[in-house]
Amino acid sequence: MDPERTPLDGTSDSIQATPHVGGDPAGGDHDADEVVGADQRLPAAPPERMRELLPALEPERRITDWGRSERVEAILDRTLVDFYYRYWFRCEVEGIENVPSEGGALLVSNHSGALPPDAAVIARAIREEHRDPRPLHITVEHFFKGFPGFAALIPKIGGVPAHPANVHRLLYDERQLVLVFPEGRKGTEKTYNQRYRLRRFGRGGFVEAAARAGAKLVPVCVVGAEEAMPTFAQVNFLKRLTGLLYFPITPTFPWLGPLGMLTYLPAKFRLRFLEPIDTTSIELEPAPDTAQVQTVAQDVRARIQENLDEMLAARRSVWFG
Amino acid sequence: MSVRGEIGEEVAGAAAAPHRTRRVLITGLSTYWGGRLAEALEAHPEIEAIVGVDSSEPTRELERTEFVKVGNQHSLIGRIVRAAELDTVVDTRLVVNSFVTSPQLAHENNVIGTMNILTACGGADSPVRKFVFKSSSHYYGCEHDDPAFFTEEMSRPHPPRTAIERDVVEAEAGVAEFADRRPEATVTVLRCVNVLGPDVLTPHTRMFALPLVPMVLGFDPRSQFVHEDDVVRALEHAVFNHTPGVYNVAADGVLALSEVIGLLGKRPLPVLPPWGTGAIAGPLRRLGFRIPDEMVNQLRFGRGVDNRRLKATGFRYEYTSREAVLKLGEHLRLHPVVRETERSYTYEKEVEEFLRWSPHVRRGRSGEEPFGL
Repeated sequence: MDPERTPLDGTSDSIQATPHVGGDPAGGDHDADEVVGADQRLPAAPPERMRELLPALEPERRITDWGRSERVEAILDRTLVDFYYRYWFRCEVEGIENVPSEGGALLVSNHSGALPPDAAVIARAIREEHRDPRPLHITVEHFFKGFPGFAALIPKIGGVPAHPANVHRLLYDERQLVLVFPEGRKGTEKTYNQRYRLRRFGRGGFVEAAARAGAKLVPVCVVGAEEAMPTFAQVNFLKRLTGLLYFPITPTFPWLGPLGMLTYLPAKFRLRFLEPIDTTSIELEPAPDTAQVQTVAQDVRARIQENLDEMLAARRSVWFG
Repeated sequence: MSVRGEIGEEVAGAAAAPHRTRRVLITGLSTYWGGRLAEALEAHPEIEAIVGVDSSEPTRELERTEFVKVGNQHSLIGRIVRAAELDTVVDTRLVVNSFVTSPQLAHENNVIGTMNILTACGGADSPVRKFVFKSSSHYYGCEHDDPAFFTEEMSRPHPPRTAIERDVVEAEAGVAEFADRRPEATVTVLRCVNVLGPDVLTPHTRMFALPLVPMVLGFDPRSQFVHEDDVVRALEHAVFNHTPGVYNVAADGVLALSEVIGLLGKRPLPVLPPWGTGAIAGPLRRLGFRIPDEMVNQLRFGRGVDNRRLKATGFRYEYTSREAVLKLGEHLRLHPVVRETERSYTYEKEVEEFLRWSPHVRRGRSGEEPFGL
């Protein structure tokens, strides 16, 4: 989001994390004849005040302002997610206490599988295992908001387009849990022979987002998703033909059609939540310190990779753990 | 700043000081918003003069507002502003539906008209100390990679796609330039989201009046509304308070379109194709359902805005988005029953002038309707 550069642009710092209150109040005690001056702005309201002004969810509503539907989520949770989590993947979770019980936190995970099961499993793990279960907002590519079907469904089950402003509002204003996959599409389109090798972690945007919001980073490692839906090849011309992000060849897709996207192999899932990383030391003013941001991003990536390797070394069987 | 948690009061206190609105010019008096605002301002005795200009005659019955029939010629409006020493100008003319007029006329009104009015309010001898501009959230556009909540300082991520969006962006650029050039004037821009209400006619109210509400297959767009009364109150708020800058005017709550249809007690009809929705607009128009260009993408992605900045100045919305939808639903059910009894108003120049200026009209008798209409 580029800040608009007009004199009307009031509180351009309202999006930032710093509780900075802009300049001198333009109001005050001058009369009509006095020139207000070039700085025609009202002072920015303090962040606590802006937080109070967030619209409350009306009790009659069953869909949040993010489009999350209690009903759709509950139906899915009771059926598909429950089946996969409990019986098919037999998820085991460690370190769930590293997910904070309150305040904003940004969960960072490795990403895999053509239609990745990892997001749903992490969300379920927090609902199931955490002592204060909280909803998890999952950032998804903008692509899905433009693709019919996904566009209607994804917000209903907790997906939020991965726009920096969305992440900031969730982390900073609403103090929620947000899950990002910094590898993005590069993670899910990699083929089976590259399994558990982390891709580049974007451009460190997730670190900056967390730092601006003053939120902690919680690295998450997921083992099992790579084997649950291994991708053998990517077919480029079919990708262009269908307008999808990628067109994978998996054991079940495209052979079973769209259903093949939801059919996973019964790999054993293990989740590990690592200790939170503080981002408050990152310099944000006047501009974010890119060196620091990159260092933290590298650090998070290295810790996830290390733990993945450790978990893989300890794993005796792909299917039984 | 010492005040914390009570910025509303702080601003209200500041508002009284910088500039007290006494004499108001409403451009676009004959539009729905111009008429509603004039009605609202007439109730304030501290407003000495309300002058309205428009190229067509007023559509609402007004008591003390002076109507001057004039187009968008800046020299004429400039003379009115100076002669009447109008200190506040509220511009309500912006056309935000492409179906009310042709793109050329809309451009003429939105961009050239705004420029002329700003010119009329400018100049070294201008008495104007406050300029309020009713804009639209079409400013932000509607794309798949939009943020979920636009804040006022965000610019649109893509260049405007439709004529109306282009007009809104250009008109606002003119207003921003005016604010730059005239630091002694307080300039307020109100970006309203789609309005719902019993009186106002918008593409959305038309769509919701259909027995089956069309949707684009596979999409459930974000829908945020504001009740018509809240828009009038926001304009009033800007007239009486010190609110420089841009403000989104949108009720609390962003609904999904399917949720809206449910609240209205209607059924969705997901028949519009997800690709080439614009192309099907032609045949649909023949069937009596017109989708304006700027609404096509809204039916796909929708739009939400952050409404906290206006609330931070002390403004309170009476309706949430959900309540605005429910009110519209009530109206849609009641309308066929009461349609016959609704009276219409026609402006008669001679009558209005007689009522305002004739020495024979008895004014100011308490509890008595002076006009006996």
